[in-house]
Amino acid sequence: MVDAPLIELHQVTKKYDGGPPAVDDISITVRAGEAVAILGPSGSGKSTVLNLVAGLDRPTAGTVTVAGTRVDELSESASAKYRRTRIGMVFQFFNLLDDLTVGDNVLLPAQLAGTPRALARARAAELLETLGIAQHASAYPGRLSGGERQRVAVARALINRPALLLADEPTGALDTASGEDVRTLLSELNADGQTVLLVTHDLTLAQSCATRTVRLVDGRIASDTAYADAGASGTAAGVAPFPTEGAAR
Amino acid sequence: MSSHGNRLGRGRGGALGRVVRAGVGRRRIQTLVIALSTMIAVTATVLAGALLMASRAPFDHAFNAQNGAHLAVLADGSKATSAQLAASAHAQGVEGVGVTAASGPYPQIIAEHGTDSGGDFPGIGLPPMNIVGRANPGGPVDDLVLTDGRWIARPGEIVVSTSVFGARGSVGMTMTFPDLPGKPVLTVVGIAQSITGTADAWVEPSQIPALTQPGTVPGLQMLYRFANAATDAQVTADRNAVAAALPRGAVTGSLSWLSAKLNAEQGTAPFVPFIVAFGVLGLVMSVIIIVNVVSGAVGASLRRIGILKALGFTPSQVVRAYIAQALIPSVVGIGLGVLLGNVLAAPLLAKAERAYGTVSLSVATWIDIAAPCVAIVLVAVTAFAPALRAGRLRAVEAIAVGRSPKAGRGRVARRLLGRAPLPRAVSLGLGSPFARPARTLAVAGAVVFGAIALTFAAGLVTSFRMVQTGLNRDGTADVSVDLGATAGGEAVHAGPKGADQPAADPVAVAAAIAAQPGTGSYFGTGGTQLAVSGISGSTLVTVLQGSAAAYSVPLISGSWFTGPGQAVVPTRFLQSTGTSIGSTITLTDNGTRIPVRIVGEVFDLRGQNGEVITDARTLSAIDHVDRVGGFEIHLSTGVNHQSYIRALNSKLHPLYADAQDTAVDSEGSTLPIFESMIAILTAMLATVAGLAVLNAAVLETRERVHDLGVYKAVGMSPRQTIAMVLSSTALVGLVAGFVGVPVGIALHGYVVPIMAHTAGTNLPQQYISVYSRGETVLLGLGGLVIAIAGALLPAGWAAKTRTAAALRTE
Repeated sequence: MVDAPLIELHQVTKKYDGGPPAVDDISITVRAGEAVAILGPSGSGKSTVLNLVAGLDRPTAGTVTVAGTRVDELSESASAKYRRTRIGMVFQFFNLLDDLTVGDNVLLPAQLAGTPRALARARAAELLETLGIAQHASAYPGRLSGGERQRVAVARALINRPALLLADEPTGALDTASGEDVRTLLSELNADGQTVLLVTHDLTLAQSCATRTVRLVDGRIASDTAYADAGASGTAAGVAPFPTEGAAR
Repeated sequence: MSSHGNRLGRGRGGALGRVVRAGVGRRRIQTLVIALSTMIAVTATVLAGALLMASRAPFDHAFNAQNGAHLAVLADGSKATSAQLAASAHAQGVEGVGVTAASGPYPQIIAEHGTDSGGDFPGIGLPPMNIVGRANPGGPVDDLVLTDGRWIARPGEIVVSTSVFGARGSVGMTMTFPDLPGKPVLTVVGIAQSITGTADAWVEPSQIPALTQPGTVPGLQMLYRFANAATDAQVTADRNAVAAALPRGAVTGSLSWLSAKLNAEQGTAPFVPFIVAFGVLGLVMSVIIIVNVVSGAVGASLRRIGILKALGFTPSQVVRAYIAQALIPSVVGIGLGVLLGNVLAAPLLAKAERAYGTVSLSVATWIDIAAPCVAIVLVAVTAFAPALRAGRLRAVEAIAVGRSPKAGRGRVARRLLGRAPLPRAVSLGLGSPFARPARTLAVAGAVVFGAIALTFAAGLVTSFRMVQTGLNRDGTADVSVDLGATAGGEAVHAGPKGADQPAADPVAVAAAIAAQPGTGSYFGTGGTQLAVSGISGSTLVTVLQGSAAAYSVPLISGSWFTGPGQAVVPTRFLQSTGTSIGSTITLTDNGTRIPVRIVGEVFDLRGQNGEVITDARTLSAIDHVDRVGGFEIHLSTGVNHQSYIRALNSKLHPLYADAQDTAVDSEGSTLPIFESMIAILTAMLATVAGLAVLNAAVLETRERVHDLGVYKAVGMSPRQTIAMVLSSTALVGLVAGFVGVPVGIALHGYVVPIMAHTAGTNLPQQYISVYSRGETVLLGLGGLVIAIAGALLPAGWAAKTRTAAALRTE
């Protein structure tokens, strides 16, 4: 199912306020259909990579191309359009809007994109049903469990049928059971052809749903390893476990 | 306070000082809003206070500044000597009434005069002039203020009074006195003002003999200031004491300062209450704004407060820190406000000086002191309540309170809005006010008051203009014709009708007016002083002739007279006489009694007791007022005034009548002052309301910056972000605007008539019902404009917020 390059980071460097590079001259290519996990300790630059791909940040040097679009050259408006049509994002702390219902949270990107109301509602209903949270459509996120919230976040990310799903520590704020739930969900999505780029320090997550892992250390690529059998259990060659990070958040 | 707390609060700047400085520096927008709000509030207060004081007592102010004469006594020069006049100030009886200063005596004559073609009034007859010989304009009493030109330097020069010639424009003209031997010619070298109008003109004392009719003796004018001259009775006592100190029969006339005061204040009296109302409105709004802004600023810092308390700050330190954070920018704003208030007041007061005929008006020192003191106390008290609440909060609680608004608030409204057929960014924005109901109400309150101020101000301006028009009776006629005011021919000689000048025939003049192309309609006017039953002294009785007269004075109630024996009277007359429409009064002249029925109430402030306006035929039984003394003409549409007047005068001058343009000299009008002040105060109040919106929008944007990051992360464009933020205030502004407008209209409708009553009059309904439907809608949209304007900056900031940084915000 792996196809043409969907993401191309070419010699990308990112510095914040003249400090040392958060990302230092890295090049990564992700093909459509891949599920790539970027691993690394705290401060290694993995979230920066995700932000650059999402168009939330711009590289200090190098180019970021997603589906043929130079993300690093987009204006603010074009960047917004890019985010709502090409990518979906899942965050560690869900980033659901507490004052909107589950249904409204999921609908939001479609509404911002101007999708016809009926189409958007149908798509949202379909996603909620597929992800097993249809019964919570009228509930507010605060009443859901962590796993359920992350499922809502995934539904929101997928509402506009993005080519790329970006996930930033998607299991970082979840208990073990919920984490397993999300791991399974991402694996299934990738198995259905969804390209996934996830950032995590959770080795288990990487092992269970990534077809490839890129390990960053101090903003540089330490290793880039493809699993022979995506989704299979076991540790990929060259990927070492990291101490748990971000647990305090 | 614990010792730990003490340590935190002590030291170089101490922790407390650092927290205050950091708080002021970090929250720059709120600091700026507080500073600007307090600055504008204090500016408005100082401005309103200054103008209020200036409008309340302009005459008193000028009278004191110019050492006005409480009493001007004119003595017969043949019966009293200069020495006797001079000594009168120190005579035993006069000292008893407390003369504090005296000036004079000055020789005085009544002269008829004319002007040459170089003047402003060529060919125009003016009444006889009261000319005083005075060497210099200063003195212990009646300091004359030169408004143009210079003082007299030599014989042959004359300085004329502003009351006769206006403040400017006549310097350089010459005045001839053709009835005097040698036909003396004087050059006007200056225009001066006497606060009590002690003379129409001044010349060198040595000039007086040349202006005196042969066989007559100039009078002597003596000016006095007394310790007690506040009432008519006191001034009468003073006058009697002076008269007693002079030879019997020497005093031929006197002028009380109270008469001048009454005349001076008559034109401005109706406006004073308006200014009071507007000032009060501004002050109330300022209080609300300060409360809103300071409460919002302290409330927005609750989370920080929680952190400070977790670090060991005591409740009292927290309270002090946050009161100080509100006070520091406030003090800066208040200081600037005092400065700005004085700067803005200067040109307005200068206008007031000219309009009121007063001099050197300035902001009262006590206003400059009281306004900032009150504002500082207000800010401190305002900040104290929320700061105390913060101080009492437990650390964990404060941190929790300081986070985003509770998600449960306004959910139903937002859910319903989410289903509305609106762009999602707009519906999200419209729903956000429901999350912070208290803040929304505060902002709405500010905008409501802004809308009230706008509406009230718009109504006031319209009412002012109508009142001014009604008082001036301008617009009621285009051209006036004075009978017997001029001879024909060269139009050089002027003055009142002389013995050698035949009387103008009103019938012939009326015929000439009627025959003149361009005449639309006209009516005759005349008047006399008659005794009226129930009123002591005489009352002005104005007679009008012709149907067009019905439009000359605004009618309040009842109807215009339709024939002889009927009259319309102003409110003041009804109040003075205890009469009402339908009552019959009696006009008396030398035993002739004329009953007149009151058929209407008109808007007119002339005369202490008002006047009686009646058909000219009503007074046909009284010989000396059985004809009109002039005509008022309405021109047909499109007729050029000057051409018409020239053409008409060519026919009127041979008839000993003269036509003049009735265009009002706006130099002396009080209207521009009030319009300027209303414009400035309204703009300021609208700005303050906008700042309240700005403050709320900034707080909202900051509190919800994380949500903003989420919105942007899922694809909200900058334009959609701006739409969302603007929508969040637009609904509040729109609703507040349309709430404020009817309140403003009601306020106007309630306050204006009450204020008019204090000036001794009712108002015609059209002066009160001044709002058209279109205006009402536009004023309602004013709230929306205020809200949008206030939210524009935060909307821009929200659009530019970096998504990644926003998402990282806790």
